[in-house]
Amino acid sequence: MSKGQTIVENASERAADAARPGAGGKVLEWIDARFPLSSSLKAHVTEYYAPKNFNFWYFFGSLAMLVLVIQIVTGIFLTMNYKPDATLAFMSVEYIMRDVSGGWIIRYMHSTGASMFFVVVYLHMFRGLIYGSYKQPRELVWVFGTLIFLALMAEAFMGYLLPWGQMSFWGAQVIVNLFGSLPVIGPDLSVWIRGDYVVSDATLNRFFALHVIAVPLVLLALVVAHLVALHEVGSNNPDGVEIKKLKDENGIPLDGIPFHPYYTVKDVLGVVVFLIVFSAILFFAPEGGGYFLEAPNFDPADPLKTPAHIAPVWYFTPFYAILRAVPSFFGTQVWGVLAMGGAVVLIGLLPWLDKSPVKSIRYRGPKFKVMLTLFIISFIGLGILGAIPSTDVRTVVAQVMSFVYFAFFLAMPFYTKNDVGSTPVPTRVTMSTPARQVRFAILWAVTIIGAALFAMYV
Amino acid sequence: MSEQKVDAGRRRFLTVATTAAGGVAAAGVATPFLMSFFPSERAKAAGAPVEVDISKLEPGQKINVEWRGKPVWVLSRTPEQLKALPTVNGDVLDPNSEMPMQPAYCQNEFRSIKPEILVAVGICTHLGCSPTYRPDLAPADLGPSWKGGFYCPCHGSKFDLAARVYKGVPAPKNLEIPPHKYLTETRLLVGDDK
Repeated sequence: MSKGQTIVENASERAADAARPGAGGKVLEWIDARFPLSSSLKAHVTEYYAPKNFNFWYFFGSLAMLVLVIQIVTGIFLTMNYKPDATLAFMSVEYIMRDVSGGWIIRYMHSTGASMFFVVVYLHMFRGLIYGSYKQPRELVWVFGTLIFLALMAEAFMGYLLPWGQMSFWGAQVIVNLFGSLPVIGPDLSVWIRGDYVVSDATLNRFFALHVIAVPLVLLALVVAHLVALHEVGSNNPDGVEIKKLKDENGIPLDGIPFHPYYTVKDVLGVVVFLIVFSAILFFAPEGGGYFLEAPNFDPADPLKTPAHIAPVWYFTPFYAILRAVPSFFGTQVWGVLAMGGAVVLIGLLPWLDKSPVKSIRYRGPKFKVMLTLFIISFIGLGILGAIPSTDVRTVVAQVMSFVYFAFFLAMPFYTKNDVGSTPVPTRVTMSTPARQVRFAILWAVTIIGAALFAMYV
Repeated sequence: MSEQKVDAGRRRFLTVATTAAGGVAAAGVATPFLMSFFPSERAKAAGAPVEVDISKLEPGQKINVEWRGKPVWVLSRTPEQLKALPTVNGDVLDPNSEMPMQPAYCQNEFRSIKPEILVAVGICTHLGCSPTYRPDLAPADLGPSWKGGFYCPCHGSKFDLAARVYKGVPAPKNLEIPPHKYLTETRLLVGDDK
């Protein structure tokens, strides 16, 4: 063989190599023949087309997933040192905080994560509310989301019992007794939930089991259902325009961009900002000013003494304020309990309550905007009222706000009908403008200042 | 084989019968799991009566004893406190204790066996918090007409010194009077009256 021939042969081999898959490609081929790896990645990541006009409000879905992962990982490590026993639980949490290496940071990540979970989920739900993301064809995405919210509330409630502090004990006592007020089955039902006549070791042990394994499994299954349903119908967007209606010659939506790399990069930015906030809380205010971890919870549970002021953790306070606002009549307090349950159930019924022909608030009429403003005021107001002791005046304010909360949902079929704004819904999505950004900043400032003033003077 | 006809009626019957049998089996299997949530035999046995020595109880003083994991108050009321009770009859929901929240022998104006000694389960009938003993007259937070009683810190329910609930508060019923009896003048048995 001459040198020249060798070179030619090598060149032809190289050309053939380029056409053939490499070693990595071969492995992928082998897997794809047995498991839909590439096709799943394409369908859900690299060729999942999301509208190109996502804004600030679209960070919170991926952040909720991030917090879920934080909670699962920190939770697993906490169970390694925690003891679900009424005589040992409180001290085992103190042991984690003081004696286990890195224990305090793991525990504070878990407790901060619980509150941040609700922060991102409430903002995520609010996004759906303002852009009509629950409307046809995304009803099931919304229903699965509401069920996730319910599972999350159960998870948070049962988790809060585990440190076995004063607030753990009395909070659980109050919430379990809610079921006791149901007619006929109530008293037996609350005994069944507690496994005893009062909140006791039996209650703690089963709440631990439910918190650590049962509810997380349900939660994960619901998250999968939420995402599968979302990817089936595609994401909504701030204009409420269906991007699938206008496609190019390749069948790709004109206003769509692939989730990866465009939105993975966007979400990474969100994650960075979120982790800055998360770390700031974790390191400088892990108790969240007494709202993430309440002061009485640093005393061990005492079944004979109720703390002077008991309030649920901040994320339950709007619903708790509704419970407190409804007086008992006909010899039972079941009405408050029903109102509180109804307040959550109504959220899941939004797709059928909203009769508006348009999705996004940008193209809705004044009636919805007024009702939504009243609803925001009431929801935040109830949240503040639920965290502070009640007085006669505050009870009346809470009653008015509870009325507005229910009116927002129950009157929705009437005020959303034909309630269209002056700007017609565009055929293509629109991008952000400086005017919109200024309005966004102003609305946030007004909300925060208003809430602070309300909290100060109510 | 191809000549055989599909008997749709038989198929449907078999499907329904299998589903029904499977359903019964599933309900059967679920039973022990659901039953395991009820109080265990040990938890049931822990509800034994408790004895209380009230010889050192001074007028106006309240002690807490634990019975079935719940706080039970034993309060010695002063003559003035007893005299104030009928004056709030108009403000309480069930002044004559008509709702079955006490044994028959305590359905009287003081809701007790001995007029001065009140024995009550210190669990609010609203959502199970333990109200605070507030014997002080007309305090700033409870208003000028307050004649002493119990105030629930959780949801603001108010009770008088006979554990009767005031009108217009979240709690719907008077506090429960547990079965109890006097073994001697100064020894009280809570949880049993036989």
